[in-house]
Amino acid sequence: MAELKARTPCGDMLPVTHGAAQLVELDLGIVTSVMVTGDEDALSDALEAAHGVAFPKPNRASGKGGIRCVWFGRNQALLIGAAPDASLAAHGALVDLSDGWCAVRLSGGASEDVLARLVPVDLRAGHFKRGHTVRTLVGHMTASITRTGGEDFMILVFRSMASTLVHEVSEAMLSVASRES
Amino acid sequence: MRLDCPICGSRDRREFYYQGDAVMLARPAVDAGEAAWDGYVHLRDNPAGQTRDLWQHEAGCGAWLVVTRDTVTHAVFSVQLASDVKGTTA
Repeated sequence: MAELKARTPCGDMLPVTHGAAQLVELDLGIVTSVMVTGDEDALSDALEAAHGVAFPKPNRASGKGGIRCVWFGRNQALLIGAAPDASLAAHGALVDLSDGWCAVRLSGGASEDVLARLVPVDLRAGHFKRGHTVRTLVGHMTASITRTGGEDFMILVFRSMASTLVHEVSEAMLSVASRES
Repeated sequence: MRLDCPICGSRDRREFYYQGDAVMLARPAVDAGEAAWDGYVHLRDNPAGQTRDLWQHEAGCGAWLVVTRDTVTHAVFSVQLASDVKGTTA
Protein backbone atom coordinates (compact mmCIF):
# COMPACT_ATOMS: atom_id res chain seq x y z
CA MET A 1 0.00 0.00 0.00
CA ALA A 2 1.24 3.47 -0.83
CA GLU A 3 2.75 5.42 2.06
CA LEU A 4 0.76 8.68 2.13
CA LYS A 5 2.14 11.80 3.74
CA ALA A 6 -0.29 13.64 6.02
CA ARG A 7 -0.58 17.36 5.27
CA THR A 8 -2.16 19.85 7.62
CA PRO A 9 -4.78 22.23 6.14
CA CYS A 10 -2.51 25.29 6.37
CA GLY A 11 0.71 23.45 5.49
CA ASP A 12 3.66 25.80 5.21
CA MET A 13 1.49 28.95 5.04
CA LEU A 14 1.75 29.22 8.83
CA PRO A 15 3.10 30.45 11.21
CA VAL A 16 2.80 34.14 10.32
CA THR A 17 3.70 37.14 12.48
CA HIS A 18 2.88 40.76 11.64
CA GLY A 19 3.27 43.46 14.29
CA ALA A 20 1.72 42.41 17.59
CA ALA A 21 -0.25 39.45 16.23
CA GLN A 22 0.72 35.87 15.53
CA LEU A 23 -1.18 33.25 13.59
CA VAL A 24 -0.27 29.58 14.08
CA GLU A 25 -1.95 26.35 13.07
CA LEU A 26 -3.41 24.09 15.77
CA ASP A 27 -3.50 20.32 15.76
CA LEU A 28 -6.77 19.51 17.54
CA GLY A 29 -6.45 15.75 17.29
CA ILE A 30 -9.79 13.99 17.25
CA VAL A 31 -12.74 16.32 16.64
CA THR A 32 -16.28 15.00 16.97
CA SER A 33 -19.60 16.71 16.31
CA VAL A 34 -22.02 15.93 19.13
CA MET A 35 -25.65 16.65 18.20
CA VAL A 36 -28.40 16.41 20.81
CA THR A 37 -30.98 13.87 19.71
CA GLY A 38 -32.63 13.20 23.06
CA ASP A 39 -32.38 14.90 26.42
CA GLU A 40 -29.65 17.57 26.57
CA ASP A 41 -29.19 17.18 30.34
CA ALA A 42 -28.66 13.43 30.00
CA LEU A 43 -26.12 14.03 27.23
CA SER A 44 -24.36 16.62 29.37
CA ASP A 45 -24.20 14.19 32.31
CA ALA A 46 -22.78 11.46 30.05
CA LEU A 47 -20.18 13.89 28.67
CA GLU A 48 -19.22 14.95 32.17
CA ALA A 49 -18.89 11.36 33.36
CA ALA A 50 -16.85 10.22 30.36
CA HIS A 51 -14.75 13.29 29.53
CA GLY A 52 -15.13 15.72 32.46
CA VAL A 53 -16.77 18.44 30.35
CA ALA A 54 -20.42 19.48 30.32
CA PHE A 55 -22.44 20.09 27.15
CA PRO A 56 -21.95 23.84 26.68
CA LYS A 57 -24.69 26.46 26.70
CA PRO A 58 -25.03 28.56 23.51
CA ASN A 59 -21.99 30.82 22.93
CA ARG A 60 -19.93 29.01 25.57
CA ALA A 61 -17.08 26.51 25.59
CA SER A 62 -16.11 24.19 28.41
CA GLY A 63 -12.72 22.57 28.84
CA LYS A 64 -10.74 20.43 31.21
CA GLY A 65 -7.36 18.70 30.97
CA GLY A 66 -6.85 19.17 27.24
CA ILE A 67 -10.39 18.13 26.37
CA ARG A 68 -12.66 20.87 25.10
CA CYS A 69 -16.35 21.00 24.32
CA VAL A 70 -17.25 24.00 22.15
CA TRP A 71 -20.80 25.07 21.34
CA PHE A 72 -21.13 24.78 17.57
CA GLY A 73 -24.71 25.56 16.63
CA ARG A 74 -28.24 24.77 17.63
CA ASN A 75 -28.16 21.59 19.78
CA GLN A 76 -24.63 20.95 18.59
CA ALA A 77 -21.16 20.99 20.11
CA LEU A 78 -17.67 19.92 19.13
CA LEU A 79 -15.81 17.51 21.37
CA ILE A 80 -12.12 18.23 20.85
CA GLY A 81 -9.14 16.24 22.02
CA ALA A 82 -10.61 12.83 22.82
CA ALA A 83 -12.32 10.00 21.02
CA PRO A 84 -15.98 10.07 22.07
CA ASP A 85 -16.99 7.54 24.69
CA ALA A 86 -19.50 4.95 23.48
CA SER A 87 -21.92 6.01 26.23
CA LEU A 88 -22.59 9.31 24.40
CA ALA A 89 -24.21 7.56 21.47
CA ALA A 90 -27.36 6.88 23.52
CA HIS A 91 -28.08 10.63 23.83
CA GLY A 92 -26.64 12.19 20.71
CA ALA A 93 -25.45 11.74 17.14
CA LEU A 94 -21.67 11.50 16.93
CA VAL A 95 -19.87 12.36 13.71
CA ASP A 96 -16.11 12.32 13.33
CA LEU A 97 -14.98 15.66 11.85
CA SER A 98 -11.24 15.23 12.46
CA ASP A 99 -9.23 16.84 9.64
CA GLY A 100 -12.44 18.30 8.21
CA TRP A 101 -11.89 21.62 9.89
CA CYS A 102 -8.91 23.93 9.82
CA ALA A 103 -7.91 25.26 13.26
CA VAL A 104 -5.66 28.24 13.90
CA ARG A 105 -4.73 30.35 16.90
CA LEU A 106 -4.56 34.11 16.62
CA SER A 107 -2.68 35.65 19.53
CA GLY A 108 -0.91 38.81 20.62
CA GLY A 109 -1.91 42.29 21.74
CA ALA A 110 -3.36 43.15 18.32
CA SER A 111 -5.55 40.05 17.99
CA GLU A 112 -8.79 41.84 18.92
CA ASP A 113 -8.07 44.64 16.43
CA VAL A 114 -7.34 42.11 13.70
CA LEU A 115 -10.61 40.25 14.27
CA ALA A 116 -12.55 43.52 14.45
CA ARG A 117 -11.66 44.01 10.78
CA LEU A 118 -13.14 40.67 9.74
CA VAL A 119 -15.87 39.61 12.16
CA PRO A 120 -19.33 41.22 12.60
CA VAL A 121 -19.43 40.40 16.34
CA ASP A 122 -17.93 42.37 19.23
CA LEU A 123 -15.04 40.19 20.43
CA ARG A 124 -13.45 42.69 22.85
CA ALA A 125 -12.48 41.32 26.25
CA GLY A 126 -15.13 43.26 28.19
CA HIS A 127 -17.84 41.46 26.27
CA PHE A 128 -16.23 38.28 24.96
CA LYS A 129 -14.32 36.54 27.73
CA ARG A 130 -12.26 33.37 28.04
CA GLY A 131 -14.55 30.40 27.47
CA HIS A 132 -16.90 32.38 25.24
CA THR A 133 -17.44 31.22 21.67
CA VAL A 134 -19.43 32.34 18.62
CA ARG A 135 -20.51 30.92 15.32
CA THR A 136 -20.14 33.83 12.95
CA LEU A 137 -18.37 35.04 9.82
CA VAL A 138 -14.71 35.73 9.08
CA GLY A 139 -15.04 37.81 5.95
CA HIS A 140 -17.42 35.66 3.91
CA MET A 141 -16.56 32.36 5.60
CA THR A 142 -18.67 30.77 8.30
CA ALA A 143 -16.42 30.17 11.28
CA SER A 144 -16.28 29.25 14.95
CA ILE A 145 -14.29 31.63 17.14
CA THR A 146 -13.43 30.86 20.78
CA ARG A 147 -11.42 32.95 23.21
CA THR A 148 -8.94 30.49 24.71
CA GLY A 149 -6.87 33.00 26.68
CA GLY A 150 -6.40 36.69 27.47
CA GLU A 151 -5.29 37.54 23.93
CA ASP A 152 -5.73 34.15 22.28
CA PHE A 153 -8.47 33.11 19.89
CA MET A 154 -9.08 29.72 18.31
CA ILE A 155 -10.62 30.05 14.85
CA LEU A 156 -12.14 27.12 12.98
CA VAL A 157 -13.21 27.13 9.32
CA PHE A 158 -13.86 24.38 6.78
CA ARG A 159 -10.60 22.75 5.73
CA SER A 160 -11.22 23.81 2.12
CA MET A 161 -11.20 27.44 3.31
CA ALA A 162 -7.77 27.22 5.00
CA SER A 163 -5.81 29.28 2.47
CA THR A 164 -8.58 31.91 2.30
CA LEU A 165 -8.55 32.16 6.09
CA VAL A 166 -4.76 32.56 6.25
CA HIS A 167 -4.91 35.18 3.49
CA GLU A 168 -7.74 37.21 5.05
CA VAL A 169 -6.30 37.16 8.57
CA SER A 170 -2.77 37.91 7.34
CA GLU A 171 -4.03 40.92 5.39
CA ALA A 172 -5.87 42.20 8.45
CA MET A 173 -2.75 41.63 10.60
CA LEU A 174 -0.68 43.62 8.09
CA SER A 175 -3.09 46.54 8.00
CA VAL A 176 -3.35 46.68 11.80
CA ALA A 177 0.47 46.52 12.05
CA SER A 178 0.91 49.30 9.49
CA ARG A 179 -1.31 51.60 11.55
CA GLU A 180 0.74 50.93 14.68
CA SER A 181 4.10 51.78 13.15
CA MET B 1 -30.17 46.06 10.44
CA ARG B 2 -29.70 43.67 13.35
CA LEU B 3 -31.76 40.63 14.34
CA ASP B 4 -32.03 39.20 17.86
CA CYS B 5 -31.48 35.50 17.38
CA PRO B 6 -33.25 33.70 20.27
CA ILE B 7 -30.20 31.42 20.58
CA CYS B 8 -27.16 33.57 19.72
CA GLY B 9 -28.28 37.08 20.68
CA SER B 10 -28.15 40.29 18.65
CA ARG B 11 -26.35 39.76 15.36
CA ASP B 12 -25.64 41.63 12.16
CA ARG B 13 -27.95 41.09 9.22
CA ARG B 14 -25.17 39.61 7.06
CA GLU B 15 -25.15 36.44 9.20
CA PHE B 16 -28.74 35.71 8.11
CA TYR B 17 -30.27 34.24 4.97
CA TYR B 18 -33.67 35.56 3.87
CA GLN B 19 -36.06 32.90 2.62
CA GLY B 20 -39.36 34.74 2.13
CA ASP B 21 -42.87 34.95 3.48
CA ALA B 22 -43.51 32.78 6.55
CA VAL B 23 -46.45 31.26 4.64
CA MET B 24 -44.25 28.17 4.32
CA LEU B 25 -45.20 27.29 7.89
CA ALA B 26 -48.87 26.91 6.92
CA ARG B 27 -48.82 24.19 4.27
CA PRO B 28 -52.34 23.30 3.10
CA ALA B 29 -53.64 19.75 3.39
CA VAL B 30 -53.05 17.53 0.36
CA ASP B 31 -56.76 17.64 -0.52
CA ALA B 32 -57.23 21.36 0.22
CA GLY B 33 -58.00 22.07 -3.39
CA GLU B 34 -56.49 24.05 -6.23
CA ALA B 35 -57.21 27.53 -4.86
CA ALA B 36 -55.49 26.86 -1.54
CA TRP B 37 -52.43 25.34 -3.21
CA ASP B 38 -52.28 28.09 -5.83
CA GLY B 39 -52.20 30.66 -3.04
CA TYR B 40 -49.63 28.73 -1.03
CA VAL B 41 -47.25 28.26 -3.93
CA HIS B 42 -47.66 31.46 -5.94
CA LEU B 43 -49.52 34.29 -4.23
CA ARG B 44 -47.64 36.65 -1.93
CA ASP B 45 -48.58 39.98 -0.41
CA ASN B 46 -46.13 42.81 -0.85
CA PRO B 47 -47.02 44.94 2.17
CA ALA B 48 -45.80 48.44 2.91
CA GLY B 49 -45.79 47.82 6.61
CA GLN B 50 -45.72 44.79 8.84
CA THR B 51 -44.47 41.57 7.28
CA ARG B 52 -43.67 38.12 8.60
CA ASP B 53 -40.73 36.35 7.01
CA LEU B 54 -38.62 33.24 7.38
CA TRP B 55 -34.91 33.83 7.94
CA GLN B 56 -32.14 31.41 8.70
CA HIS B 57 -29.22 32.20 10.99
CA GLU B 58 -26.99 30.71 8.36
CA ALA B 59 -23.62 31.87 9.67
CA GLY B 60 -24.56 31.33 13.31
CA CYS B 61 -26.54 28.63 15.06
CA GLY B 62 -28.32 27.51 11.89
CA ALA B 63 -31.83 27.94 13.32
CA TRP B 64 -34.79 28.97 11.16
CA LEU B 65 -36.49 32.09 12.47
CA VAL B 66 -39.80 33.85 12.00
CA VAL B 67 -39.09 37.58 11.90
CA THR B 68 -41.88 40.13 12.15
CA ARG B 69 -40.71 43.49 10.83
CA ASP B 70 -41.85 46.66 9.16
CA THR B 71 -40.81 47.17 5.54
CA VAL B 72 -41.35 50.94 5.81
CA THR B 73 -39.60 51.81 9.08
CA HIS B 74 -37.28 48.75 9.17
CA ALA B 75 -38.32 48.17 12.78
CA VAL B 76 -38.02 44.55 13.93
CA PHE B 77 -40.94 43.59 16.18
CA SER B 78 -40.13 40.01 17.04
CA VAL B 79 -37.82 37.11 16.25
CA GLN B 80 -38.99 33.60 17.13
CA LEU B 81 -37.69 30.12 16.44
CA ALA B 82 -39.67 28.68 13.54
CA SER B 83 -39.93 25.38 15.45
CA ASP B 84 -41.67 27.20 18.34
CA VAL B 85 -44.07 28.97 15.98
CA LYS B 86 -44.83 25.75 14.16
CA GLY B 87 -45.31 23.97 17.47
CA THR B 88 -47.99 26.42 18.61
CA THR B 89 -49.92 26.57 15.32
CA ALA B 90 -49.75 22.91 14.31
